[in-house]
Amino acid sequence: MMSKIKSFDELKSVQERLKAGRDPKKPGITVCVGTGCLAYGTQKLVDGFREELAKRNLVDKIDFRTSGCHGFCERGPMVIISPEKIFYQRVGLDDAGEIIDKTLLKGEVIERLLYVDPATGEKIVHEDDVPFYKKQTRLVFGLNSKVDPEKIEDYLAIGGYSALGKALSKMKPEEIIQQVIKANLRGRGGGGFPAGWKWDETRKAAGEPKYVICNADEGDPGAYMDRSLLEGNPHLVLEGMIIGAYAIGSSQGYIYVRNEYPLAVKNITLAMKQAREAGLLGENILGSDFSFDVKINRGGGAFVCGESSALFASLEGRAGEPRAKYIHATHKGLYDKPTNLNNVETWGNVPFIIEKGADWYASMGTAGSKGTKIFSLVGKINNTGLVEVPMGTTLRKIVFEIGGGIPDGRKFKAIQTGGPSGGCIPEQHLDLPVDFDELVKIGSMMGSGGMIVMDDQTCMVNIAKYFTNFLVSESCGKCVPCREGIRRMRDILVDITEGKGQEGDVELLEKISKGILDGALCALGNSAPNPVLSTIRYFRDEYVAHIKDKRCPAGVCKDLIAYSVDPEKCTGCTVCSKVCPTGAASGERKQAHKIDPAKCTKCGACRESCKFDAIIVR
Amino acid sequence: MEEKVKEIIQRYSGDKSYLVPILQDVQREFNYLPKDALCSVSANLSVPISRVYEVVTFYKAFSLKPKGRYQLSLCMGTACHVRGAELIARNISDVLGIKEGDTTPDLEFSFETVGCLGACALGPVLVVNGEYHGHMNIAKSTKILKKLGKKGATDDE
Repeated sequence: MMSKIKSFDELKSVQERLKAGRDPKKPGITVCVGTGCLAYGTQKLVDGFREELAKRNLVDKIDFRTSGCHGFCERGPMVIISPEKIFYQRVGLDDAGEIIDKTLLKGEVIERLLYVDPATGEKIVHEDDVPFYKKQTRLVFGLNSKVDPEKIEDYLAIGGYSALGKALSKMKPEEIIQQVIKANLRGRGGGGFPAGWKWDETRKAAGEPKYVICNADEGDPGAYMDRSLLEGNPHLVLEGMIIGAYAIGSSQGYIYVRNEYPLAVKNITLAMKQAREAGLLGENILGSDFSFDVKINRGGGAFVCGESSALFASLEGRAGEPRAKYIHATHKGLYDKPTNLNNVETWGNVPFIIEKGADWYASMGTAGSKGTKIFSLVGKINNTGLVEVPMGTTLRKIVFEIGGGIPDGRKFKAIQTGGPSGGCIPEQHLDLPVDFDELVKIGSMMGSGGMIVMDDQTCMVNIAKYFTNFLVSESCGKCVPCREGIRRMRDILVDITEGKGQEGDVELLEKISKGILDGALCALGNSAPNPVLSTIRYFRDEYVAHIKDKRCPAGVCKDLIAYSVDPEKCTGCTVCSKVCPTGAASGERKQAHKIDPAKCTKCGACRESCKFDAIIVR
Repeated sequence: MEEKVKEIIQRYSGDKSYLVPILQDVQREFNYLPKDALCSVSANLSVPISRVYEVVTFYKAFSLKPKGRYQLSLCMGTACHVRGAELIARNISDVLGIKEGDTTPDLEFSFETVGCLGACALGPVLVVNGEYHGHMNIAKSTKILKKLGKKGATDDE
């Protein structure tokens, strides 16, 4: 346990002491234990390393560390060997002994565990040379692989809490706010509202106490950067919040985190305990007269609670319904008191701005959007993972250079950004720089940073239906335009995908959308039509094919497709007849098979199991 | 039951604003939210039962019905969706003979679809009692269900 640190100078000496205790040349092993890697079964690998190190009496000679998400989730389980930074990926759960013996003791590189660059076929030894990492600017997220999220000592050893020390001892609250305004830090949760202005409003608002909230109710399907940051580097987020609270004049904070993120809850809870013990949170932080503490609240699984006023209602123990915002939360938020809410990533940016200055921070990004942004690049993409790039990076660079393009040699069709509030962006706009303002111009938005890549086997009407379905079940039901409007849109989309679409449906969808855009109460409601509008805008011909020709060009909508076998490609391996649950697929061994349309339920089992791409869906 | 509920409320010092986390803990204790437990929460926390009911029915995490021995959650995040989660959901429903969100009458299987689990690299993802099964497909999901069914049968013997 760490004793209370009572001043900035004492903090500096603690950091120095911890840093000195770490020999940069000492051999070490770091294993990623973010949720993605844990889902691969990485815990077994971790236990293996501990056991094998103990067996060889190497516990003192080799540093072993588990860390939060490194971002390259596609290639988990991942192990980094220091000091050389050798990068092992897709490590087997029983590989611990071999890695210790060969790489750490003998200095041999295990070829089998290296990453192969698909573009060149070249094996890459060092982490920094992997194209996925090399083309990123990992400012906020990069620290994840350097710290064990369960150890405050790790964070302090890399200079953590220096920004807080600087803020408390050398800066006035107003100065901090001016720095954040000058850095033009905009809210990473989706809205993009300038954080500094919000802080300023809250500081100036009348009423006590003032609240500071960290929104970790990351509800966008396909987005998980906030979770990984909170899991992997909880002290960074906490430090940002404490600085914000000092600048605003708040003594009580809340972290509202999704209940589906148990590891994030665990790590931030532990981080708070450690910070309190070290005198960085609680009464008289760093010996100053500033006191601030944080409570954690787990969400109940409602997308709408990511909206600030709904989140407040939930924090107060009520159903999470938003309210109209004639009066801003900065004046009347939680318990009707002045409240400042920012999301996880926004808080995570604050220490960098204070430490390195607003000018440095504002040197990254575009005219209107500064700094970096973390995106979760998922879907039909080779390198699924978390990607951090400066604002203004083009979609093409993100998808093809960092993401490695589309798997199985298929064709890029669209990229969906902004979650259920955003839209689908087609190939023609791939060279657009990504920031808060550019994507809005083409009918989408940057949102919180989800990027879902779609290929030619993705049906855009189905995607519109998917998001609309999501929104129907997540609409809180308070206002009519959202509750009824989205439902009607969903009904129309279901009809279209079932071959019951009628002429005029597209126009009707547009008309209802307008009503919702104008009439819904909250930001989630009045962005709800975006997935439908953007797919109509860029893929209208697909809607027409469904409605007029009763055809699904991507081969997705069950009622508009039929399964058959390509006799040219079929080798008669009989796999399809074995997986077919209804006996529709049949044939003799080594003879081309057939699918009986009368028995076929279009479940898709034959297509996924065919190794010869012989199942035709039309 | 009353004692257990009181104990949970005590963990939060009887603070009404913790209604949602309190209910989460109660649900974890009993596997669902029995009516008696809700009445007990209402009485001990001095929150009207109508408010408790409003909160319980608003948030997705709560269930008023008992859950099965095997709880299957299929991720329906966008990444899993574009990789074919819809077909897998249909298959699981067909094999179990229940709709999403329901439990089999023998209380063996509950099946629900959930928003993003954030394990997109492994998508589609099926979680069975907290254990992740990645790169799911139709055939694999059938196999898992068969295996659990058999295991269930032997356990009962």
